[in-house]
Amino acid sequence: MQIYLPIAEVSVNAFLLLGLGGLVGILSGMFGVGGGFLMTPLLFMIGIPPAVAVATEANQIVASSFSGVLAHFKRKTVDFRMGLVLLVGGLIGAAVGVQVFAILRELGQVDLLVKLSYVLFLGVIGGLMFLESLNSIRRARSAGPAPRTVRRQRSWIHALPFKMKFRTSGLYISVIPPVIVGLLVGVLAAIMGVGGGFIMVPAMIYLLGMPTKVVVGTSLFQIIFVTAFATMLHATTNYTVDMVLAVLLLLGGVVGAQIGTRIGVKMKAEQLRILLAILVLVVSGKLALDLLIEPAELYSVGFGGQE
Amino acid sequence: MIRLLLILLVAGLPLRAEEIVADLSQDRISISTNFDGSEILVFGAIKRNAPQPVGTDMAVIITVTGPRENITVRRKARRFGIWVNTDSREVNGAPSFYSVSSSIPLSRALTPAEDDRWRITTASALTAPDMTTMTDNDPEFLEALIRVNTAAGTYGTAEESVQVRDSTLFSADIALPADLTEGNYNTRIFLTRNGEVVDSYATSIYVQKVGLERWIYALANDEPILYGLLSLFIAIVAGWGASAVFRLFKN
Repeated sequence: MQIYLPIAEVSVNAFLLLGLGGLVGILSGMFGVGGGFLMTPLLFMIGIPPAVAVATEANQIVASSFSGVLAHFKRKTVDFRMGLVLLVGGLIGAAVGVQVFAILRELGQVDLLVKLSYVLFLGVIGGLMFLESLNSIRRARSAGPAPRTVRRQRSWIHALPFKMKFRTSGLYISVIPPVIVGLLVGVLAAIMGVGGGFIMVPAMIYLLGMPTKVVVGTSLFQIIFVTAFATMLHATTNYTVDMVLAVLLLLGGVVGAQIGTRIGVKMKAEQLRILLAILVLVVSGKLALDLLIEPAELYSVGFGGQE
Repeated sequence: MIRLLLILLVAGLPLRAEEIVADLSQDRISISTNFDGSEILVFGAIKRNAPQPVGTDMAVIITVTGPRENITVRRKARRFGIWVNTDSREVNGAPSFYSVSSSIPLSRALTPAEDDRWRITTASALTAPDMTTMTDNDPEFLEALIRVNTAAGTYGTAEESVQVRDSTLFSADIALPADLTEGNYNTRIFLTRNGEVVDSYATSIYVQKVGLERWIYALANDEPILYGLLSLFIAIVAGWGASAVFRLFKN
């Protein structure tokens, strides 16, 4: 069944969109990630204009994060204070990101920026995750007592000013690092059409030293507001949020996520992580190849310049 | 030059030897939610006040021009090992859709001079004087624009697709793609003899989004803040609804 998307101005198969939403939903349910980093490139591939894909994906992430954060509210695993500090950075970052996006769109370099960001971030994160889970599997195999990695208690982060108490996380640290983390993630949310959980979660654990149990809930809490803000900015500056596309992706995604969660429970954590790492590396590799191999068509036609 | 003047004179006369009478199967296309492209039938007849001239090649050419927009054609080149957009040319007022159909091959149906005057073939239509920025100096970009848009289905040339019966009745099917832009699609019909335009006829098709499509599009452009808030509201309700429904299933 073909459906005409009013903002993207293309006609696509509705079942294809539901299927994509479902597939990415299953993966995001299995791995506990938002799935924006998978969905946005997939949307490019089926012919949705990049600007519409990025803006609409931001809207869709609001929905999936909201659905996710409700569970965390109940378990009281959201550090609201930390979430708000991250949010301050995130909102500024999103505002900057949307402006950068608009400028690069005029210069015709949006594709490049989005793809380069993907290759860089996904490559690094996927690589690190792959090595780490490989190590932990090997450790589990050798069956010896796992050498506990001792978290450094005193680092440069503790020397920074503007300290604040975060009771839920049990931390007393400066607000500067979380604001910067939030800022970076906000820029990424606006430019890449992702929630940024895949950056924020490791940053919260390794950089800020937050306990793992509050990390996911807090990052979801922050992501809702940052992506909601990015959606509003895209809707008002670029007019590129496609409601119909968002709803179709949502319906598929919501069902997929529930199925994915069930599959995820049955798998071991290390296996899950190594699978996710491989998935991230594959997406990154595919995008890298696009940039490195000479394209069949060197020319492209775009709108704008002056609007 | 004399020939050109003559043609102008002939075209200006109220009583022409041959005249096109034409119509469209529909002059309005509605883009609804299930819009999947459309086909228009262009049909008509050639009215004659005298027996038709013998020993000349007659042809019917139909062009459809979509709403004009400013576009940029970009070329990639390798920089620091990766392929990046480097050069670009802007085209002001390039048609978002352009199709040419003819009853005989265009090389016989139209002389280059007439093509220059009426801007009929795609390349000629794209280098019309009112489109200032892309000129014949950039043949690579012009060729690329036509090639990319032809591959995308928005530009097309279909020779020998106009059916002519008894040198009088003609008809042609013009396929419009699913990703149409809103606006007026100007349709021109030319009658040529030995490559010279004898008569032309112009009409237009109005393409418009309707219903939900119209409403969403208008809201997104006229009330962007409201539209953004509505998108967020739908997203939050859907997210909340989903978890509520699945909790219900679990219990």
